[in-house]
Amino acid sequence: MTRRLVTTIAVLGYTALLLPLLLLVLFSFNASRSGARWDGFTLDWYARLLHRPDLTIALRTSLIVAVTSTVIATALGTLAALAMGRHRRRAAAAFESLLVLPIVTPEVVAGISLLILFSAAGIHLGLVTIIIAHITFSVPFTIMVVLARLRGMDSSLEEAALTLGANELTAFRRVTIPLLMPGIIGAALLAFTLSFDDFVITFFTAGPGTSTLPLVIYGMVRRTVEPSVNALSALLVLGTTLLLIVAHRWLGRHASGGIA
Amino acid sequence: MKRSWLLLGPAGAWLAVFFAVPLGIMATYALRPRHVLGGVYPGWTATHLSRLFEPLYLAVLERSVVLSLIATVLALLISFPIAITIVRATRWRALLLFLVVLPFWTSFLVRTYATIFLLRDTGAINQVLQFLGIIHDPLRMLYTPGAVLFGLVTGFVPFMVLPIYASLEKLDPALLEAAEALGATSWRRFLRVTWPLTLPGVAAGCLLVFVPALGSFLTSDLLGGAKVELIGNLVQNQFTSARNWPFGSALSFLLLLVVMIGMLLKLKLSPRLTTNDQ
Repeated sequence: MTRRLVTTIAVLGYTALLLPLLLLVLFSFNASRSGARWDGFTLDWYARLLHRPDLTIALRTSLIVAVTSTVIATALGTLAALAMGRHRRRAAAAFESLLVLPIVTPEVVAGISLLILFSAAGIHLGLVTIIIAHITFSVPFTIMVVLARLRGMDSSLEEAALTLGANELTAFRRVTIPLLMPGIIGAALLAFTLSFDDFVITFFTAGPGTSTLPLVIYGMVRRTVEPSVNALSALLVLGTTLLLIVAHRWLGRHASGGIA
Repeated sequence: MKRSWLLLGPAGAWLAVFFAVPLGIMATYALRPRHVLGGVYPGWTATHLSRLFEPLYLAVLERSVVLSLIATVLALLISFPIAITIVRATRWRALLLFLVVLPFWTSFLVRTYATIFLLRDTGAINQVLQFLGIIHDPLRMLYTPGAVLFGLVTGFVPFMVLPIYASLEKLDPALLEAAEALGATSWRRFLRVTWPLTLPGVAAGCLLVFVPALGSFLTSDLLGGAKVELIGNLVQNQFTSARNWPFGSALSFLLLLVVMIGMLLKLKLSPRLTTNDQ
């Protein structure tokens, strides 16, 4: 009896979670303009995406932002994790508990506080401010992912390398870094996805001339019922699915869960 | 590498400059006179803080807190069965987990937008109900508080499922078998064994749903059709159309205050929980 209840709720939960995405992909192939009925299969909405130069520019902006912020946030996060993993110093422990703060700060608050900072400092909003914002919200997550990997590592391997005569730098380069790599790649994947998907913080730090893909989608969703937004959104869903499958294959089951 | 704790420097400095300092400046903005073009004038005033206590804004705060709490409870009621189903599954375990991880990683904006296909007058739910002859005219679901609640729950359920799943997976099955051998019913086993041992995961999940729900403005924007105003919409408004930055800053601090209360409650629920248990 309880078992049946548990299964029923789980099935309903999965349906509520996944059916909208399925419908979105389905309707991106729907010939009907209003999308109320199924009027036959079409690829028109996808073809239409190719004739929108603003989308190409937004995609390029999104990629530049995601790649730059991922590289910097992963580097900062890896360095900090190395410091925190090795030292049980009070400062490192305090820093670790403070890391929760940026994670639990509502995105809208983080976004407007950065907007205020840039405006107070007279920094023009654009590509650079978006990248700064994205590094800021990614760093706590990259630290946590690399740190989790570091703590799960066997430190005796490093000690063995040192005993066998490797100097600290060699031991670090030849032993620590390769062992840490899955954590670093996991952190980078997380940072990339967070950046590529972010809407709220980008909304406040982008300024009028610069748009990322989520900003363009938001604009399309608010203005019209132009079905090409379905095609664009469906592409994002498919992209995420592919990325996840690749990450899963490549890193094994732990990395795809990321922070979870 | 005796000085390797210095490696903390770059990340620490970055977060100080781009996380802590902005919040500090925001605190001062809440006390400045408003500039009509956005931004502030020099000088000090308490008008924005006192405006927070006007009934209109208190009502928005109350609605946001109540809606986020309901969303958190509903998410918990859905997430626990999902997590249990994943843990129990043997052959389909990886797939069931993947089906939660996928929405977890998918753009929140896209997922919220996709919900419209389910809830609108010509949407899937109405079509099925009409096809089955249960209703004649479509139910009005989109642009109601219920739609916002639905969007918040489905939007953040993955954030609840994954920590609960993580703590369920660590649960030693021998404990449940022992309870069963000693004659405990399934409900009793859940209440006395599973629930207390998964409480850290539940607490983390509740926080991961409550906080973003409380600060959300996208969900009410797209699914509430500007009819269901939450504190997140109010804050966004002050920095876009209303151009009242100081009042927006004051509202933000109110929002942060509620978040901090939530954090403290979570720490009380699971005193041993540290960040690396997430």
